[in-house]
Amino acid sequence: MDVMPKPEILDPQGKAVAGAMARLGFTGVHDVRQGKHFELDVEDGLDDETLHRIATMLLANPVIEDWAVRWVGDEPGTDGETPG
Amino acid sequence: MTGRIGVITFPGTLDDVDAARAVRLAGGEAVRLWHGDDDLRGVAAVILPGGFSYGDYLRAGAIAAFAPVMRPVLDAARRGMPVLGICNGFQILCEAGLLPGALVRNAGLRFVCREVALRVENRSTPWTSGYRSGAEITVPLKSGEGRYVADEGTLAELEAAGRVVFRYVDPAPSGALHDIAGVCSADGRVVGLMPHPEHAVDPLTGPGADGLAVFASVFASVVDAELREDRM
Repeated sequence: MDVMPKPEILDPQGKAVAGAMARLGFTGVHDVRQGKHFELDVEDGLDDETLHRIATMLLANPVIEDWAVRWVGDEPGTDGETPG
Repeated sequence: MTGRIGVITFPGTLDDVDAARAVRLAGGEAVRLWHGDDDLRGVAAVILPGGFSYGDYLRAGAIAAFAPVMRPVLDAARRGMPVLGICNGFQILCEAGLLPGALVRNAGLRFVCREVALRVENRSTPWTSGYRSGAEITVPLKSGEGRYVADEGTLAELEAAGRVVFRYVDPAPSGALHDIAGVCSADGRVVGLMPHPEHAVDPLTGPGADGLAVFASVFASVVDAELREDRM
């Protein structure tokens, strides 16, 4: 699950990272936004509704953050994105 | 048994001792509550002090919002019990959904520790009734994630309803939207602010005693309510 600051929320940490890249001489990076990445080891068949509740109640603060779930499974067909 | 005001300690809370002292200086009885408590021990109001509850893990206040003691706090707040969140306590109240908006990293990325001037913009809450209308007070601010944000609709609603309780007189050191230092719930009973009135209750240990009226206000409010109850 990826949790990112909403586009309209100022992300001073991302700006500081972008500034450091420029100081190191890296060009071609317009903007950096910093978020969080959670890896959840879940039971087979855990439903999207439960993941949605985990995201909105705890892992993300919907006032300031967007989130997205990406399933990474062993079986084919389990990869995919559920937009937050 | 009058004027019992609860002060909650979470793991990582720092300012519970000062908050309890402020309650006593204002005439009240400070009742220490623990994050694992499942009742509020008969208090008439409750304070969530500052600090770094649960190490600010995940987001400031995010874990504390689900501590066992928060269940009775939410129930009591819905019944109109006065609740005050200071600094990390404000963050917890926002995370718990008792107050709108959120507190994010200061715009300048620096932890800000200094005295600030605040204007009391709403004196109809139980935490601010002792101030003159429009009073300007000096209290310490010490936070790294004190930038108040909310969407435009919420900000407009807060402004229109007079729910901005405290506003920085000078531009907010955190970059808070609308220079908001503190807000209240729709019924005015729940108040949260980033600066620390409990550190300004005694000229010996703070910039003055401008913060004392926060605690004197709620003491007067709960004693008044208890007297009215006795007469019924």
